[in-house]
Amino acid sequence: PGESTLFSIGNGVALRGPYISMITNHTTNLLIRGGMLFVVGVFLALVLNLLQVQRNVTLFPPDVISSVFSSAWWVPPCCGTASALIGLLYPCIDRHLGEPHKLKREWSSVMRCVAVFVGINHASAKVDFANNVQLSLTLAALSVGLWWTFDRSRSGFGMGVAVALLATLATQLLVYNGVFQYTSPDFLYIRSWLPCIFFAGVITMGNIGRQLALYECKFVQEKIHQD
Amino acid sequence: MTVRERLRQNISAAFYRHGLLCASYPVPIILFTSASILTCCYPLLKLPLPGTGPVEFTTGVRDYSVPSHGTQGDLGERPDWYRGPPVAYIQQVLVKAAVSPWDSSLVPVDVFRSPLGRVFSLLEEIRDHVYTDRSLESLCLQVTDLLPGLRRMQSLLPEHGCLLVSPGNYWQNRRDMFDSDPDILKTVHQHEPKGLHTSATLKDLLFGVPGKSTGVSLYSKKRVVTYTITIALSSYDARFVASLRARLKQLHPSTNCSLREDHMVHVHFKEEIGIAELIPLVTTYIILFAYIYFSTRKIDMVKSKWGLALAAVVTVLSSLLMSVGLCSLFGLTPTLNGGEIFPYLVVVIGLENVLVLTKSVVSTPVDLEVKLRIAQGLSSESWSIMKNMATELVIILIGYFTLVPAIQEFCLFAVVGLVSDFFLQMFFFTTVLSIDIRRMELADLNRRLPAEAGMPPPKPGPLRPREAPPPSRPSPHTITLQAPAFRNLRLPKRLRVVYFLARTRLAQRIIMVGTVIWIGILVYTDPAGLRTYLAAQVSEQSPLGEAGLPPHLGVAPVFPGGDPTSTLNVLPAPEPTPLPENQSQGHGEARSGPAPLTSPQITWGSEDEEVWRRLSFRYWPSLFSYYNITLAKRYISILPVIPVTLHLSPQEAIETRHPQDTQHAPRTSAKTTELQADLTLYKVAALGLFAGVLLVLLLFCLYRVLCPRNYGQNGVQHGRRRRGDLPCDEYGYSPPVSEISPLLLRGHSMDIECLANDGMLLASCCLAGQIRVWDAQTGDCLTVIPNNGLRRSSSSGCWEHRDGWDPSSPARNASTPIMDNEHPLRRRTTPVRPALFGDQPDLTPLIDTNFGEVPPSQMMPGCGFDFGELVERAYKEHEASPPLPFPPSPPAARQRRRSLGDQSVAPPEQVLLAPWDWDSSVWSMELRGNLIAAGRSSGKLELWDAVEGSLRCCNEDGSSGITALAFLNNRIVAARLNGSLDFFTVDIHKPLGLLQYRGPPGRASLPPSPCYSSEDVISCQLTRSVQCAHQKPITVLRAAAGRVVTGSQDHTVRVYRLEDSCCLFTLQGHAGGITAIYIDQTMVLASGGQDGAICLWDVLTGSRVSHVYGHRGDVTSLVCTTSCVLSSGLDDLICIWDRSTGIKLYSIQQEVGCGASLGVISESLLVTGGQGCVSFWDLNYGDLLQTVYLGQSGEGQPVRQLLVLDNAAIVCDFGSELSLVYVPSVLEKLD
Repeated sequence: PGESTLFSIGNGVALRGPYISMITNHTTNLLIRGGMLFVVGVFLALVLNLLQVQRNVTLFPPDVISSVFSSAWWVPPCCGTASALIGLLYPCIDRHLGEPHKLKREWSSVMRCVAVFVGINHASAKVDFANNVQLSLTLAALSVGLWWTFDRSRSGFGMGVAVALLATLATQLLVYNGVFQYTSPDFLYIRSWLPCIFFAGVITMGNIGRQLALYECKFVQEKIHQD
Repeated sequence: MTVRERLRQNISAAFYRHGLLCASYPVPIILFTSASILTCCYPLLKLPLPGTGPVEFTTGVRDYSVPSHGTQGDLGERPDWYRGPPVAYIQQVLVKAAVSPWDSSLVPVDVFRSPLGRVFSLLEEIRDHVYTDRSLESLCLQVTDLLPGLRRMQSLLPEHGCLLVSPGNYWQNRRDMFDSDPDILKTVHQHEPKGLHTSATLKDLLFGVPGKSTGVSLYSKKRVVTYTITIALSSYDARFVASLRARLKQLHPSTNCSLREDHMVHVHFKEEIGIAELIPLVTTYIILFAYIYFSTRKIDMVKSKWGLALAAVVTVLSSLLMSVGLCSLFGLTPTLNGGEIFPYLVVVIGLENVLVLTKSVVSTPVDLEVKLRIAQGLSSESWSIMKNMATELVIILIGYFTLVPAIQEFCLFAVVGLVSDFFLQMFFFTTVLSIDIRRMELADLNRRLPAEAGMPPPKPGPLRPREAPPPSRPSPHTITLQAPAFRNLRLPKRLRVVYFLARTRLAQRIIMVGTVIWIGILVYTDPAGLRTYLAAQVSEQSPLGEAGLPPHLGVAPVFPGGDPTSTLNVLPAPEPTPLPENQSQGHGEARSGPAPLTSPQITWGSEDEEVWRRLSFRYWPSLFSYYNITLAKRYISILPVIPVTLHLSPQEAIETRHPQDTQHAPRTSAKTTELQADLTLYKVAALGLFAGVLLVLLLFCLYRVLCPRNYGQNGVQHGRRRRGDLPCDEYGYSPPVSEISPLLLRGHSMDIECLANDGMLLASCCLAGQIRVWDAQTGDCLTVIPNNGLRRSSSSGCWEHRDGWDPSSPARNASTPIMDNEHPLRRRTTPVRPALFGDQPDLTPLIDTNFGEVPPSQMMPGCGFDFGELVERAYKEHEASPPLPFPPSPPAARQRRRSLGDQSVAPPEQVLLAPWDWDSSVWSMELRGNLIAAGRSSGKLELWDAVEGSLRCCNEDGSSGITALAFLNNRIVAARLNGSLDFFTVDIHKPLGLLQYRGPPGRASLPPSPCYSSEDVISCQLTRSVQCAHQKPITVLRAAAGRVVTGSQDHTVRVYRLEDSCCLFTLQGHAGGITAIYIDQTMVLASGGQDGAICLWDVLTGSRVSHVYGHRGDVTSLVCTTSCVLSSGLDDLICIWDRSTGIKLYSIQQEVGCGASLGVISESLLVTGGQGCVSFWDLNYGDLLQTVYLGQSGEGQPVRQLLVLDNAAIVCDFGSELSLVYVPSVLEKLD
């Protein structure tokens, strides 16, 4: 009877407020988180792409606004979808592996992580390096440093590497098929620092996703428990 | 001891001493730090102020020579950028033309048509001007293609030739096109961008003067047309320029012109930040602010959150400034764009250390002296701070060896910044923190007094100044102290949104900000507005008054290459007069020269010296950027302007007329173009007004729809409401009236001291020593076990329910103890009795005959009720059950009878038969099955039958008062005042003869519950006594999952195994006496102490899982759910923590004195007690669900204890009454 009481209380509460019931619904919860991650991903994609585009533009075009959306239309949605997937996948993996992420789970740390990620992009776009190898090595070191500072979980590292490889491969294919191109490719068809950027991005989005999931995981756990 | 440990010890000792120092001399230290900050920032004064506006430098024309590239000879006034040749030399020819004398026969178009027409001849002169062998073609700046994005301007701007711009470009510098243009104004305006614009427009570009002052308008008052011809020269030939000037002046003399012409201005442009570059920058700043926000939000438990947050930000910022200052002091001039790297520097340096310091200091015991607290806090975090700093330094060092200049510079700044940040943290922030803590203690002293009144004063923790660091916390980042959650009511979502908007006044603020921005943009972009004014201010202030150009001496040079170069166009200056219609046919002939009354006057003033100043500062950059030439970090030299005055005769004006001018111009075009040009602003204003009115109407409607009429009338304070008020928020919304009504259990004469329950039954004990047993389902009083001296009539509330409930029963009915017909235990035992004792006549009067409530099957045997005391007496008499482990003491026997009589036969008074230690009060009580275990202050442990109210056994082995009891399975653990812990075993001996009667087939399926039927003989044996379980009195005792956990005043928690009374762990970690412990079946152990700390322990290993400080003063109660830990403290705050991370999720402020009452009904429902009410909270989000008021009176009775029963009823101790509250949703769902 105790268990059923608990359950019924849970339902009783769920019936009370639309907000609660919305949050407590697993699917809706997923959707909300996915939506937030998607927005973040789109935003970051726009801004960071702008950084990359800007690198070759040093003069003052009169209609700068248009260059904000200079990238192809499909880039931001792709990035958004990917970040939503990654951000949802991270807490999922954590739960399945049974090793919840414990390192610095707070928003200020997440913000720091995002700032470092933007900084890495900034460096890749704006800092003039002597050669590409140096640039790529620096960025790789920075990315791993990012992982070590803000993540430190093996699952995070593995996931980051896997996604970075996949994304690099996809980009190679895209460039190979002529969808777009890099001005000065040095690694087959793309820039050699691209995997590092992908890796750092995965870590960052994973961090955000975990932080978002932190708010809901309690209830989800409870629901699972009851079921 | 390893090197590491020694190092660690040394570091923490050093920090400890440093903390003492800082807290001892706060003022001198703050003065010292401020002085050092200022000193380090002093070099910053030499740095140029950041900004993107152009910088000017003026030199004389006469001795001008192109500045050399390399050496920096005279440091005097020469700015750094003034090296090497400029991008271009700009020569402007300022033309002012008017038709004079004006005469009434002229139409408005005449004002600008013929003056503009003269631009072509001027252009020709300039183009053809030759001095010796130099022509303009050889000197001018050759431009190539326009940018690809500017195709539409291709016909308007020169390409592949000299950069020479004039209004003639509108007509491709061809006179014939100008002459055939029917509507000049339309041509000019068709290229103007729609909407707001910040950069130079094409009209500005070609005319070279601000749009308003061109005079190309039908309503111009002055009838003077002004424009410039702008020539960009790639190299400077003084003689050529002088000859051009002389030639133009000669051709078109300006009589009253006294413009200075001896200075040239060099304008240096900073790297300009476009919107595209701004967006990433803004993004990084947004992230930075979010970071700062989230970080400073964690500062808690200090006197002034804002003060400390400010101090933290100041620490970081001034460390950055110091690093820049120091670097520039040692000759490292910052070349990086400061604005861009600044956010990254802040993120690298971080606010973490500051927060960790704060947290660590406020976590130290409150009762210590301030400087000791600071010192302890510092020393406990010293290791992690040093470790972090070392790590960061190493990372930066690695970055330094990338050998990329930009990164090296960044790293250098970061290193200096880190070190200065460390310095500031140690000296500035620590001192500020000590001041804050001192202030808090003073304020806290006053605040805490009322809350603690009536409670035992918290035992002052020992002052332990420690040299060694306290055990390090698992992680310095575990605690997030967040703002208390909103105590929102359940509201529909749309209302929530509206309320949110209303509460934050979001709409108003957005509108306000939007309006301000809009006005700002209007003012800024209005050509006659702020920008011009500012430009004028700047030009006045600039030390170099620009040489005005003397009137033209016309020397017509040869101008080669006519492709895109300008030919002069004359836009007719519009006539403001309403005359045009009348005079359109008139052919007034006016000679050039002196004008009639209305004829325009051409004047030259100092404002004409530098026409370009009145243009947007982006004028030059945008002109050059069209040809992909950047002016960023470069400069241009602007030569003195050449003034040209043109006086045209009316005859000339009439001759150059286009046929359509007379027809269209006066009426139609005058109206339309004029309106177009000038009324845009009014249109926008009207639109804005309309939108505003619409918005107001909309908001008004929204308000009427959403807000009730009594808005603002009921001043209900936030939080808890006065009784009788429905829960409603400040907007007058109240949730539907709930059906929860509390059930009052009355009967106790004094305040209730102990409460115990086992799900079905509820036992309560008041200060008078009376124990009452209630049915938890119905609220009926089952048994009263009075304390002798204070016995009272029991004809109180509990009886009322049963009045008339069994009319058929004998008169005794009213005085019989209420038999709970629903109680399964009772039912099970009923059939057993009669077989044995049915023949005893003396028992019959005592038999309760509530047959109406007994199922027929159970009534069959006859007289269907058992009376434990009778049974026992029967046992004694008949010796039916020999094995009585302890002799039932005579007083106990008497007491049994007496108690029986008290409750059943003679309610008011009963003779006391024998002395009994009635004066000893019940200190603790437990209830299992139908046995009540009561521990008395005399050290006696009594077991009562809950249903019959009979004493089943008694143990007097100890003499020290029993402060806490735990009753688990068949074991009772008693903690005594002297710190000893006694383990008792409860044995049941069933009378042999009875066994065969027990257990009819159906009964066997009953779950084995720890219940004891009344015929059993129960004995209670002391199996083990741990004499010195604790050094000091045991304050808390909990048992679950086969473990007994005790907490004591001696700061330790001990875990015993229930079976063999073996002490498994002694848990140390609290800095004060233990005041609360929680343990449950899942082996979760939490403890709270007088130091306000909460520890979570692993029961299996005895290790501490987490340790958080959450309360000021004692932790009064603790509850864990699967995901959170709930704690309440003397500060009347209920904190909800995440169990796995130790992060505080939110906290709820309770009313004074009600802090300790809380209970968890399910994983998501929390119930707390208040002033005469209980409140239900959604545990996951901290939302107030409902408040239930107990009783109709008793305003001020606080709910001091709260117990949650299995069937989700809540029992609260409400003064001398108990209240049963059912949670309706639960009951509904159970049905």
